[in-house]
Amino acid sequence: MATLPNAVPEYLKPDSIRTGLSRRKMLDQVFVIVGLVLMFACLGILAILFMNLVMDGSERFGWDFFTNFPSRRAERAGILGAWVGTSLIMLVTAFCAVPVGVAAAIYLEEYAPKNWFTAIIEINVTNLAGVPSIVYGLLALGLFVYQFGLGQSIAAAGLTLALLILPIVIVATRESIRAVPKSIREAAYGLGATRWEVTKDHVLPYSTGGILTGMILGLSRAIGETAPIITIGALSFIAFLPSSPVTSEFPFISFAWLKDPFTAMPIQMFNWVSRPDQAFQANAAAAGAILLGMTLLMNAVAIWIRYRFRKKINW
Amino acid sequence: MVSTAATKSNDLVLRSGLRYRKIRDRIIETLLLAAGLVAVFTTLAIVVILLSESSAFFEHVSLKDFLTDTMWTPLFADAHYGILPLVAGTLTTTMVALVVAVPVGTIIAIYLSEFASHRLRETVKPILELLGAVPTVVYGYFALTAVTPLLQKLMPELPGFNMLSAGLVIGLMIVPYVASVSEDAMRSVPRYMREGSYAMGATRLQTALRVVVPGAFSGLAAAFILGISRAVGETMVVAIAAGMQPNFTFDPREQAATITAYIVQVSLGDLPHGSIGYQSIFAAGLVLMLITLIFNVIGFSLTRKFREAY
Repeated sequence: MATLPNAVPEYLKPDSIRTGLSRRKMLDQVFVIVGLVLMFACLGILAILFMNLVMDGSERFGWDFFTNFPSRRAERAGILGAWVGTSLIMLVTAFCAVPVGVAAAIYLEEYAPKNWFTAIIEINVTNLAGVPSIVYGLLALGLFVYQFGLGQSIAAAGLTLALLILPIVIVATRESIRAVPKSIREAAYGLGATRWEVTKDHVLPYSTGGILTGMILGLSRAIGETAPIITIGALSFIAFLPSSPVTSEFPFISFAWLKDPFTAMPIQMFNWVSRPDQAFQANAAAAGAILLGMTLLMNAVAIWIRYRFRKKINW
Repeated sequence: MVSTAATKSNDLVLRSGLRYRKIRDRIIETLLLAAGLVAVFTTLAIVVILLSESSAFFEHVSLKDFLTDTMWTPLFADAHYGILPLVAGTLTTTMVALVVAVPVGTIIAIYLSEFASHRLRETVKPILELLGAVPTVVYGYFALTAVTPLLQKLMPELPGFNMLSAGLVIGLMIVPYVASVSEDAMRSVPRYMREGSYAMGATRLQTALRVVVPGAFSGLAAAFILGISRAVGETMVVAIAAGMQPNFTFDPREQAATITAYIVQVSLGDLPHGSIGYQSIFAAGLVLMLITLIFNVIGFSLTRKFREAY
């Protein structure tokens, strides 16, 4: 034999194996500490920043803050126009994004044949999720504001955000539809149901939880989006409300507000942040805390719904 | 016979009902397809709008000036149209963000996937996902009012607007995102590969670094690319904290405008439709899309090259 038993290389001797092992185990422990420290440092920094935000804004919280229009005097300025604008925009966004997104997801999961055409739709959905949000703003500026003549209106903003959250709604709906077992569909087909009947009466009821979750997550993303609606030209100083959706005359509902100019919560906050006057930073913080509260609340509701529906369904 | 007539009419009813249901199904399928096509039309519309408005811009500005001029002052009397300062601003803030987000995000992901207890992981993961939903304008406030003053204590000569603070906050912002997506990728590495490694006497760290990370590399690359895309396209943090003056520099301590900040700055003003300033934001947007596209192509080829099949 070429190598004799006593010619064991240095690194295979029991002693060096033992020291190597203890070194490796120590490195293992070091990594645990590094990982824990980094994780809690990140979460801790974010927690401190969030608490700071709430404390900075605390002096502005109060009824007046919600019922006042913006003002040149920081302590008088409020978010009335902003929260009304945001609510109306979200209404438009939900009305456009949810039906279209759910329908597109149903098509892709239940109807689409496996071919290049379907692949193109799927690639588009994936890519749209990665497009920077400000590009949606440019699209809306060119298409909705000028080509469609919607102007700098609530309708244009709502449609923009609807396009932005469409991929989120589609992906969430597809996932929940995919979770419905095949056996349920086959049983329904076996009884002579058409594809739409199977979808409407069996697949959709089971996936409602997932669809609602996707819708709320999408809207919580839309509510904080600033860049796209700045791009279409939202005004940051608005001292009047859009026309009321409810009127005193027949037919009691008016859609005139769709064409009205608007401001929104994140834009109001941005406007206050970028003022050099320190007094307005408190307003910005208060608006930010409310915005943050709304997004976190929406996410909590989404998680709760997902949990509720998951518990209720037993296949 | 009476019963035959009854059967016949029943049959007729059934058949007309079936035909009605089939026609309804066709109509509904067409409607659903139309909804699916909205995604395709959105992509097409983005491309068409960016290209058509930019082509109007390039009728006034030569491509050579656009790519080589080191000044970007489209709104001044002495107008220069060199995109380089804006690209430099975007790349600098992105680099700062990645220097924070990639190592920290990866380490947190490795820790959560390979070391943390089930309970800790199930607690932290939803928090990470929740953090992804925080509006970016709020992060902009953090950068301007908390991080910049803190940095100024360490570096007294730091200006009130700087790319360092904006980049750090963007990094902090995408850490949860990178960590969450990377963790998903590492969880999907099959269990038996880890078990094989442990059976050979490897520690958890060795298994994580030599088996799980290479095995999940395509997923990790995807996570980094998503992070880069978010950093490149991030708008509000830079618009608030990095300043809005185009400045051709790669020094993160200086203030500079990014592509996105420029678009915001122009949109805040009231530029008439069809003016050169109006067209310039579409040209800037086109460059932004191209940068995102380049990073995605790199990521895609990396993913292809290092994909592990088990």
